Amino acid sequence: MPQVTLTVNGKTSTVEVEGRTLLVELLREKLRLTGTHVGCDTSQCGACVVHVDGESVKACTVLAVQADGTQVTTIEGLAKADGTLHPMQEAFREYHALQCGFCTPGMVMSAIDLVQKHPAGLSEKEIREGLEGNLCRCTGYHNIVKAIAAAQEVMHGRVQTLALAGD
Amino acid sequence: MYDFEYHKPGSIADAVKILSADPDARPISGGQTLLPALKHRLNKPTSVVDLSGIAELKGIRKEGNKLIIGALAKHHEVAESDVVKGAIPALAMMAGTIGDTQVRNRGTIGGSVSNNDPAADYPSAVMALDATVVTDKRRIAADDFFQGMFTTALEPGELLVAIEFPIPEKAGYAKMRNPASRYVMAGAFIAKTGGKVRVAINGAGPGVFRQTEMETALAANWSADAVAGVKQSAEDLNSDIHGSAEYRAHLVTVMAKRAIAAAG
Repeated sequence: MPQVTLTVNGKTSTVEVEGRTLLVELLREKLRLTGTHVGCDTSQCGACVVHVDGESVKACTVLAVQADGTQVTTIEGLAKADGTLHPMQEAFREYHALQCGFCTPGMVMSAIDLVQKHPAGLSEKEIREGLEGNLCRCTGYHNIVKAIAAAQEVMHGRVQTLALAGD
Repeated sequence: MYDFEYHKPGSIADAVKILSADPDARPISGGQTLLPALKHRLNKPTSVVDLSGIAELKGIRKEGNKLIIGALAKHHEVAESDVVKGAIPALAMMAGTIGDTQVRNRGTIGGSVSNNDPAADYPSAVMALDATVVTDKRRIAADDFFQGMFTTALEPGELLVAIEFPIPEKAGYAKMRNPASRYVMAGAFIAKTGGKVRVAINGAGPGVFRQTEMETALAANWSADAVAGVKQSAEDLNSDIHGSAEYRAHLVTVMAKRAIAAAG
């Protein structure tokens, strides 16, 4: 069986997989990192989005063997060791950017990649377009967009603390 | 998904060796089409040959009046490349509208063109720009390469290495997406290269095709008005719950007008 060595959230692991094992299966079933969800399993919904070498990808449509030698970040790798949330996670909490929460890990991972790739900042329209690969079946998009708009200000260092939802 | 043996060769020669020896071996690059197909068990390869480690398939460069894009160039790379934006801005724009961000971070031009999905974007650019498909064995003109739905001139074991695009004077692309799946219902890529006009239509028919009446009209008068008078026949166009052949025929003219407006 093929062996895959990859670094997930800073920790390097070597795992035996089948050729057909998906990256999301490796993360959830071998490494027990179940924060990454499987929604549609057809690369449409985006619940399984993780970062591979800094790029957001759908982990249900990447083979585990294709991730050999890569650096992977999942939702579990965002908060600091002391529990301080990533600004995007904090913004999702503050803006109530989730209802059932199933799409949230993928939304957060896509949102971070989107914000990082647009240092000049994103308009509301650009945020909505940038989330094309993530579906929220509670249709909670409005607050998700507000959370990302607020988080980008913190991530790019334009403000020290997150603007509160009531402001 | 059925299991398979996984190979990751380091050179074109090694990849071709595995693919030629076994008719049931399949190449994979970004996997954004192959993996969903394997999950549906539409395909049962004995081996999957990962091309991502082959340096000869990578890179985007301009050589004289040609833009050369390696098969492994991801949609995101093409969309963001200053070389592509400078040479053929319409191609960069098109690449930035394929699928979604995560698909663009994995999917490659070589995979899209080899697969020749009727609703794919790239085939119309390759056709309208009269590009040359370079394989490990030969050079194939766009008109000979695309042979209808999911069919190309590639032989078993033959690998697409790069695509050479002549740099046009003008080029534009417009598409109507299905509002749910976002796949192309009808798209038009129009280019004027060395004074010659080529119009390629994707999404509407069983495969990419040239709209020669529009080419003639645009050669005489490069304007949206010139294509507005050309009616696409609905014969042989796709018809499904998303739109009738007549609706797609109508969209072809509308998209052609928009492509001309985009080309300037």
